[in-house]
Amino acid sequence: MADLAARGEEPEILFWVGCAGAFDDRYKRVTRAFVRILEHVGVKYAVLGMEETCTGDPAKRAGNEFLFQMQAMQNITTFEGYGIKKIVTACPHCFNTIKNEYPALGGNYEVIHHSTFLQQLINEGRVKVEGGESYKGRRITFHDSCYLGRANNIYEAPRAVLEALDADLVEMKRSKANGLCCGAGGAQMWKEPEPGKKDINIERTEEALATLDGNAAALDNLYGVESGNAGATPAPKGNGQNSIIAVGCPFCMTMMSDGVKGKERENNVQVFDLAELVASAEGLNA
Amino acid sequence: MTIQNIIFLLVAIAGFGLFAWQVRKIRANILAGRDRDMSGNVSERLNKTLLVAFGQQKMFKRITPALLHLVVYVGFLVINIEVIEILIDGIFGTHRVLGFMGPVYAALTGTNEILGALVVLAVAAFWWRRNRSQPVRRFTGPELRAWPKLDANIILYVEVILMLALFTMNTADLKLHQLEGRDLAGAFPISSLLTGLFPSNATALEVLERVGWWAHIVGILLFLNYLPSSKHFHIIMAFPNVYYSRLVPQGQFSNVDSITHEVKAMMDPSYQVPAPATNPDGSAAAPTPFGAKDVNDLAWTNLLNAYSCTECGRCTSVCPANLTGKLLSPRKVIMDTRDRMEEKYNSPLIFQPNLYGAEAKHAEAEVIDKENHTLLRGYVTPEELWACTTCNACVEACPVNINPLESIVEMRRFLVLEESAAPNSLNVMFSNIENNGAPWAFSPSDRFNWADDLYVADKQNIATA
Ligand code: SF4
Ligand code: SF4
Repeated sequence: MADLAARGEEPEILFWVGCAGAFDDRYKRVTRAFVRILEHVGVKYAVLGMEETCTGDPAKRAGNEFLFQMQAMQNITTFEGYGIKKIVTACPHCFNTIKNEYPALGGNYEVIHHSTFLQQLINEGRVKVEGGESYKGRRITFHDSCYLGRANNIYEAPRAVLEALDADLVEMKRSKANGLCCGAGGAQMWKEPEPGKKDINIERTEEALATLDGNAAALDNLYGVESGNAGATPAPKGNGQNSIIAVGCPFCMTMMSDGVKGKERENNVQVFDLAELVASAEGLNA
Repeated sequence: MTIQNIIFLLVAIAGFGLFAWQVRKIRANILAGRDRDMSGNVSERLNKTLLVAFGQQKMFKRITPALLHLVVYVGFLVINIEVIEILIDGIFGTHRVLGFMGPVYAALTGTNEILGALVVLAVAAFWWRRNRSQPVRRFTGPELRAWPKLDANIILYVEVILMLALFTMNTADLKLHQLEGRDLAGAFPISSLLTGLFPSNATALEVLERVGWWAHIVGILLFLNYLPSSKHFHIIMAFPNVYYSRLVPQGQFSNVDSITHEVKAMMDPSYQVPAPATNPDGSAAAPTPFGAKDVNDLAWTNLLNAYSCTECGRCTSVCPANLTGKLLSPRKVIMDTRDRMEEKYNSPLIFQPNLYGAEAKHAEAEVIDKENHTLLRGYVTPEELWACTTCNACVEACPVNINPLESIVEMRRFLVLEESAAPNSLNVMFSNIENNGAPWAFSPSDRFNWADDLYVADKQNIATA
C-alpha cells in the first residue's frame, strides 16, 4: 500500500488479509488463491502488509473492549492515512468488525466479504470457473459462518459461488439462519472449551459428514437436530467419497479440518475455502 | 344498582388496581438498568412489533407448536372482547349488552365458542408435550426448577377452567332461554351440544349461569394478577420487548463510550474527555463499572428482556455450547436476571416463587459466593459465560426477540476489565494482540510471508509496506 501511495496511485480495493490469512499456514493458501483471482481479473488492489494489525475482534468478543478500541483506532488511522474506501476480506470476523463496529469509532468504509466479491465476479462473467479442476457431480456442503450468516445475513453469496461450480450442493439440516457454530467464535479459538460432552466442532463435522454421506441414521443421533423438520436429509448416495466441506472463514476452516481429521476422514473429505474452489476451477492453482 | 353490581365494581377495582400496583413495581425494576436511548425508528419498530409480536413470525420456524400457540393466542384476543361485555354487564346490571349487534354478535359468540373448544384441545396437547415421561428436550434443563415447571402447568389448568366457566355460562343461559321459549342473542355451536347435560330447573340454571359468569370474570382478574409472577407475563411484555429490540446487524456489539474517550485521549493528548457525570446535587457520581456485575449494570432493555422471557428454551435448544454439554444455557442467563432483580429490589409480586431459595442453581455444584451476592457469580458463573461462542443462535431463535448474548458479553466485560479474570489462555491472546498485533505469537514482520511463494505475472501489483 505504501508503495502504491508513493507512486500516487489509488487501489480499487484494499484486500484485508487478516491475521489468520497472514500467519495460519493453511489459510495462507486461501490468501494466495484469492490474490490469484484478483490478479486474474485484473482488479487493482493493495494489501497493507506489515501495516496491518488485528482488527480487535477476538479481544472484543472476549470482553476486552479497551484492547479492541486501541486496535480499531490504530487501523482506522491507517485507513484514513491512505484514503481507503473499499475493503475486501476473506475473514467474516474482520468483515463484521470493520463493517459494523468501526463506524461508531469514526471509520466508515464499504466492506465486502470475499464470498460476495466472488459472486459479483462470477455474475459479471469476469470469472468463468472453467478451464481448471471440474467439480461436476462432486458433493459439496457449505458450512455457514455465524459472523457471515446470522451476524450479517449473507447466506446466498457463498451458495451462488458454489452453484457456479456445477457441483452437487447439499444442505445440512442446520443451515443458513439455523446454522450451527463451528465452535471457534467469540474468542473460543484461543482457549480450551469448557468441560462438556463433546466439542462443538466434532458435532458440526459429524453433521457435515453425515450429510455428505447421506447417512440419515447418523444425522438423527446429533444433538438438537429435530427429525421431521424442514431441511432435506439427502438420500444415501455412495459414502461421500471425494466430497467437500466448503467454508468462508479461517476459524471454520481450522475447526472443520480438525473435525475431519478427528473422524479420520481426511482421505476422502476435504475442507476448502470458497476462494480456493474458484481459483482451482479457473485453473489458477500454482 | 343491585348489591351484585356493587360487589362486582369492588372486585373489578381491586383486581385492576392490584395489577397496576404490580406493574409499577416491575417498571421500577426495569428502569433500575442503565440508560439506553431507544427512541426513533418508530415505523421500523412498529413494523417489527406487528410481524414478530402480533404476527408471531418467529414462532413459525417450528410448525406444530406454532399452530397450537396460535389457537391459544387468537382465542385469548377474541375472548377479551367478551370481557368488555362482561365488564359492562357487571357494572350496569345489563345482560349480554352487545346482543343488539345481531349477526355480528352471533359471529363473535360463535367464534368464541369454537376457539374456546380449540383452546382446550391445544392446552391438552401442550400439557402432553411437557409432562409425558420424555418431554420435548427444551422443556427440561436445570434452570427449569420446580416453580417454572409448576408455573407452566398452572396456566394450562387456568386456561381450561376459564373455558369451562365460559361454557357453563353460555350453556345455562341458552337452556334457560329455551325453557322459557325466548330467543338468546348470539350463536352457541358448542354450548348447544351441551344443554342435554344441564338440569331443566330454571332456578338451578340461573344459579349455574351466575356461577359461570362470576367464575369467568374472577378467574380473569386472578389470572391478570398472577401474570407478573409468571413467565406468562410475556403475553403483555412481548409487545414492548419486540418494539425495543435491536435493529442493527446481530454481529454488531455495542462500543463502550467511556473507553472510546480514554483511548482517544491516549492517542491524542489534546483530546478533551467529556466531564464525568455528576449527581443532581453537583457531586461527582460514582463511576460506573465497565461491563455488568449486577442487574443494574445491564441496560434497561436487557432487564425488559428478562420480564418477557417465555422460558420456552428455544434459545438453549440451539445453543452450540449447551448442545454439547457445557453449563451455559442462554435461557438460564435470562431467568437468572429476572430472579436477581426480584431478589435485589422489592419483588412486586403477590407470589414470590421466582426466587431460587434453597433450590440448586446448577446441575453441577459450583461454589457460589453468597457474600457478594450479585448476578455475576451469585447466579451466573464465569464458566457459563466463557462457554459462549457469540454465535447469535439464541438471538435468532427467540420468538420474542430477547438477546441473551448482550448480557453475556456485558458480564464478560466486567470479568476482563474490572477483575482481570479472563481464562489464562485468553490473557495470552490479549498480550499477543498488544505486542504483535495478532492473536497468535507471530512477529508483525512475518505478515507478508504468504506472498513469498506466490507466482504471479506482475508482482509489482502487490504493494508491500
Ligand atoms: S451466542 Fe452464546 S449463548 Fe447464544 S447460542 Fe451462541 S453460544 Fe449459546
Ligand atoms: S430467551 Fe427467548 S428463546 Fe430463550 S427461553 Fe426466553 S423466550 Fe424462549
